[in-house]
Amino acid sequence: MDRVSPWNLLRGVICALVVVYMIVPLAIILIISFSAAQFLSFPPPGFSLQWYDKFFTDPAWLRALNISVQVMIPTAILSTLAGTAAALALSRSTLPGTAFIQGILMAPLVVPVIITAAAIFGVFRIWGLYGTVPGLVLAHTVLTIPYVLSTVVTALGLVDRRLEDAAENLGARPFTIFRRITLPLIMPAVLSGLLFAMVISFDELVVTLFISTPTVRPVTVQMWSNIRGSVDPTIAAIATLLFLFSLLALLLEGLARRKSNQPRAF
Amino acid sequence: MFAKLARDRFAWLVLPAGILILAVFAYPVFWLLVRSFSDPSWGLQNYETVFAKVIYLKVLWNTVAIAGATTIGALLLGFPMAYSMVHAPPLMRKLLVFVVLIPFWTSILVRTFAWMVLLQPNGLLNDMLIGIGFIETPAKFMFNRTGVLIGMIQIMLPFMVFPLFSVMTRIDHAYVQAAANLGATPVKGFLRVYLPLCLPGIVTGSMLVFIISLGYFITPALLGGRKDVMIAQLIQQQISDFGNWGLSSALAVVLLIGTGLIFAVVHKVFKVGPDARF
Repeated sequence: MDRVSPWNLLRGVICALVVVYMIVPLAIILIISFSAAQFLSFPPPGFSLQWYDKFFTDPAWLRALNISVQVMIPTAILSTLAGTAAALALSRSTLPGTAFIQGILMAPLVVPVIITAAAIFGVFRIWGLYGTVPGLVLAHTVLTIPYVLSTVVTALGLVDRRLEDAAENLGARPFTIFRRITLPLIMPAVLSGLLFAMVISFDELVVTLFISTPTVRPVTVQMWSNIRGSVDPTIAAIATLLFLFSLLALLLEGLARRKSNQPRAF
Repeated sequence: MFAKLARDRFAWLVLPAGILILAVFAYPVFWLLVRSFSDPSWGLQNYETVFAKVIYLKVLWNTVAIAGATTIGALLLGFPMAYSMVHAPPLMRKLLVFVVLIPFWTSILVRTFAWMVLLQPNGLLNDMLIGIGFIETPAKFMFNRTGVLIGMIQIMLPFMVFPLFSVMTRIDHAYVQAAANLGATPVKGFLRVYLPLCLPGIVTGSMLVFIISLGYFITPALLGGRKDVMIAQLIQQQISDFGNWGLSSALAVVLLIGTGLIFAVVHKVFKVGPDARF
């Protein structure tokens, strides 16, 4: 059936171009980040770690990294706890209007992020949260709850309810059932929500740009202000680190998922 | 029994997330939307400004034009890509999925920076093209519409490919076969049978790409020029540079209503939802 018609040829060419289009820019960033040149040049004249060294010794970048981590960790914990709790309420309780509530909790994903950014900036200035780490944590938590929520709701829908019923019939109390039966089964989804929240918090730029100040300035905002000035290979090094960070999260997430399949094997 | 008791206990668990979203998202958005009618004084003057001044109308037009062109570009590249993913052998399919997903997992800032390195006047693409003698003076690939589209289409491609992919995997190839057996040429079979079957994927993907593009900020701000300002940049400028909350809020309302309208119309006409979870 698969003949080499002109159409199939065209399709093959387009696909090859798309692969190049998606991959090449990132590959070039990776290569440039190890360049020995003093400015952007390609191919690089030699290998060096100078740009990584610059990132990890420059006080401005270190301060930014510190802020990013200070925001990312509480955000991930807070949104995983709140998101998982809400997912339990939505799929395991007699709460009326679950579709409506879920719609509201998912709204930060649907509303254009520029609107969220402007809105949060406006009220945070009034509330005194503008340019503070707790302010950034709250804003990032709201942005990441939808990811945790949807991942965990999906996982809860896949849990075999007969397991919970069986535990109940054997006399287990609700919290015990949750701790011993439900939680272990949805753990991969909870972990993947946590990783999502970490990556999104670290990468977020638009809302962060509005509510951060020169003294409280995470990595992405520092990158943003540097990029607008000139194209500095330090940014390529940071971009590579960010990329590796996402890749690591992706691998961990895949690992968690694979693990979740094991109980189903017996 | 567990059921009833636990169910009512679990209901309270919605509160932390609920309170957070209401306080840090819903209230601020409401506060912003009210500004469009109340700042600096009550009335519709902010909306009059948006729709009366040529510069603002131009921005609205840019927004629609860039989002539209991004959608078309993403569809033209995404359709063959999704088709190949469906019909490729397993290993090839994995590779293609990986290619589409990897950039999806890297931050938009990183990807946009990569394009800046490539496309700037003394960037790699110009170096290469001059090196092989294709052009003599550096061509302008960024700070214009070309740059914005190159960056945006790459970022939006996954949102187009995955809805298409999920629809195409469900299409029974017997229909296309039947069309061929009944004498349809491959092109006719494709246009009359396969393409209509793909329509739900095309509509969902296009809607996602268009709606997300409408509110885009980072890529047009970095890769675009003065003539490519989109609504999100205007909102940011008006707030950060001029503190003009009334006008920005009116623009935000226009963006929100525009987005909602497209969503509602597409949903009504095509009976498809935003199948964003692939």
